[in-house]
Amino acid sequence: MDFDLSEEQTMLKDSVERLLADQYGFEARKKHGAGKAGYSDRMWQQYAELGLLALPFAEEDGGIGGGATETMLVMEAFGKALILEPYFASIILAGGVLRHAGNGEQKAALIPAMAEGGLKIAFACAEPQGRYDLFDVETTARKDGDGWVIDGKKALVLHGDSADKLIVSARTSGNARDEDGISLFIIDADAEGVSRNGYPTQDGLRAAEITLQSVKAGPDALIGSKGTAWPVISRVADEAIAALCAEAVGCFEKMHELTLEYLKTRSQFGTTIGSFQALQHRAVDMFVELEQSRSMTMYASMLATGDDAVERARAVSAAKVQIGESAKIIGREAVQLHGGVGMTMEYAIGHYFKRTTMLDILFGDANHHLKRLAQLDGLIREDS
Amino acid sequence: MDLRFTEDELAFRDEVRSFFRQALPASIRDNIVAGRHTSKEELVTWTRILHDKGWAVPHWPVEHGGTGWSPIKQYIYLEEMSQAPAPAPLAFGVNMVGPVIYTFGSEAQKNRFLPRIATLEDWWCQGFSEPGSGSDLASLKTRAVRDGDHYIVNGQKTWTTLAQYADWIFCLVRTDPEARKQSGISFLLVDMKTPGITVRPIQTIDGGHEVNEVFFDDVRVPVENLVGEENKGWNYAKFLLGNERVNIARVGVSKERIRRIKELAAKQRVGGERMIDQPEFREKVAAVEVRLKALEMTQLRVLAGEAKREKGTQDPASSILKIKGSEIQQATTELLMDVVGPYAMPYQPEEAIDGRNEPDIGPDWASTIAPAYFNTRKVSIYGGSNEIQKNIIAKAILGL
Repeated sequence: MDFDLSEEQTMLKDSVERLLADQYGFEARKKHGAGKAGYSDRMWQQYAELGLLALPFAEEDGGIGGGATETMLVMEAFGKALILEPYFASIILAGGVLRHAGNGEQKAALIPAMAEGGLKIAFACAEPQGRYDLFDVETTARKDGDGWVIDGKKALVLHGDSADKLIVSARTSGNARDEDGISLFIIDADAEGVSRNGYPTQDGLRAAEITLQSVKAGPDALIGSKGTAWPVISRVADEAIAALCAEAVGCFEKMHELTLEYLKTRSQFGTTIGSFQALQHRAVDMFVELEQSRSMTMYASMLATGDDAVERARAVSAAKVQIGESAKIIGREAVQLHGGVGMTMEYAIGHYFKRTTMLDILFGDANHHLKRLAQLDGLIREDS
Repeated sequence: MDLRFTEDELAFRDEVRSFFRQALPASIRDNIVAGRHTSKEELVTWTRILHDKGWAVPHWPVEHGGTGWSPIKQYIYLEEMSQAPAPAPLAFGVNMVGPVIYTFGSEAQKNRFLPRIATLEDWWCQGFSEPGSGSDLASLKTRAVRDGDHYIVNGQKTWTTLAQYADWIFCLVRTDPEARKQSGISFLLVDMKTPGITVRPIQTIDGGHEVNEVFFDDVRVPVENLVGEENKGWNYAKFLLGNERVNIARVGVSKERIRRIKELAAKQRVGGERMIDQPEFREKVAAVEVRLKALEMTQLRVLAGEAKREKGTQDPASSILKIKGSEIQQATTELLMDVVGPYAMPYQPEEAIDGRNEPDIGPDWASTIAPAYFNTRKVSIYGGSNEIQKNIIAKAILGL
């Protein structure tokens, strides 16, 4: 057992943190988010130059071959800076689909372009009626000559409005809510029949509701084999959850830091409010949640890339429960301890609170994952 | 970073596990599973078995009988022991006074006491708390006055766990009443057979007898039983309290408890179905399992970092082990109360059950559950209450 980072990992962490410290302060962030896409293309190019967009892809596919630890480090740094760019949506999610199910031609056509920053892909995997169940797919794809015709509605597609391409889950057989019979297709985001209704989310990022009406896809649009996408989707989702947990830990760390600073500087009754025991204990509660979340994120990152789907699901769900619970505790304490300024848009803490609240929701909230973990007999069993 | 156990660590775990399986007397195991207290004889028997194997004091320096295992291996060892489940060796000896003696004691003290601690020939208890000195331990008043080759000790200690079995007590005593309160304290080793010592039992709310009051009335203690220097006792006490990081979270104990909860919930029927099949109950258990896994990972982070840290410094994360560990232990006893339901009510103390022939009232596993629930409130109070732990974190780590 070894919790240390390698020299390369330490360098990676330092270089991302340095870039963000330099260019992603709270004021700079407002500017980055001001354009139409809601994020900064210039920052995206800098991530590309730093190799971050190539990080999780295999070297033979034009990537760098980073693993779960590398992703964890980057996501944590992104969480601290509260970045707006579609790293999670494009590199982790859509990139995850390509890594696990793309064929040689698809990888060759897409990954180098993604790594250079020229191509962004969104993953349209959720539907309005499905809540957190990604196997609840009513969108259909039917055979049309050599290719396919896709019809349906996709919900909350992260950064779906600015993506160049979409990876869409659609049913090629079976009934809605069957795990079998789901397939994945990659289409141009502006293909005929695709209408995208983009909107801002609570945390200042963006998503889109997407309607697909007789969208034609060629024979090479199918990713993986027909009807067997569920194991791919659930694997990508599990890895994505580990990444979200890491982002949350970055946010938590910053929230704790900002709150401590405030407690040490804000003066009332002739003394700093951090000298009051009632507030000290609440700051300690935040610290405890932060460390427990960090521990669970390491655990999930380690197991999320494993091949045993059940073990993976247990670990990832357990971590998401921890993160969701901690998000509530840290969020409410951070705002409370800041008092009135914690309620204002112009102060950073509330923005972290909003992002971590969305991180709880993304890919299943604490309730959803507690249910999933309980159904899988929990972490401690006779055989464990 | 690789959070999996190495091949070597896994092999070690198998070795430890199979040894416990083969060497632990079934009667001792069954008592623990049933939530009953381990008797003095049982603990002595088990300690001797471990000693014969060379595993009684694995964390001690090798020259005093330690094994030289890494912190992770020590953790695996304790973890397997709690899950066997086997009784933990007597902490007052092997985890508390033993390390103080081999770190600060004289050669004579090391030779005299350490071997007998390892074999449990000497049963030790802890004389720290006093009626007026709980969280504010340094305000303690028990006096030791030098008289030739002896100290004369007068005062009272309390919450003295298992003093009824003890051969020796290690005490914090005030040797300089003029000094600032932390500076006038010394660390004394006292033979419980010395005239002037009286032990009075305190019955706790579960009906059990674990703790005692110990009175000192002109007790003569040879000067050679002073550990280290006079008036430096507070340093040794801090060392002692900060020393028990390997197992303070009691992860293994809570894991074993959760297995037991699941096993019992599979026997209980509620509304025509097994309790373990009820989603709400499963989720309540799973929620505790999540917190426990997080604690386990935090514990391992602390231990893995231990070897690389400067001596005497602590990983900030270590301070949360006591808080979370105690909360989780309490949560497991609450779940057991959920499982047992109405048959938590009959009060059937162990002595009463041992001495009678008729069967238990209710399921034969039910009688220990409410007492354990009541008794486990102690874990967030002893060893520095959780509120004191938070004060420490606020000051030492958060800089508030």
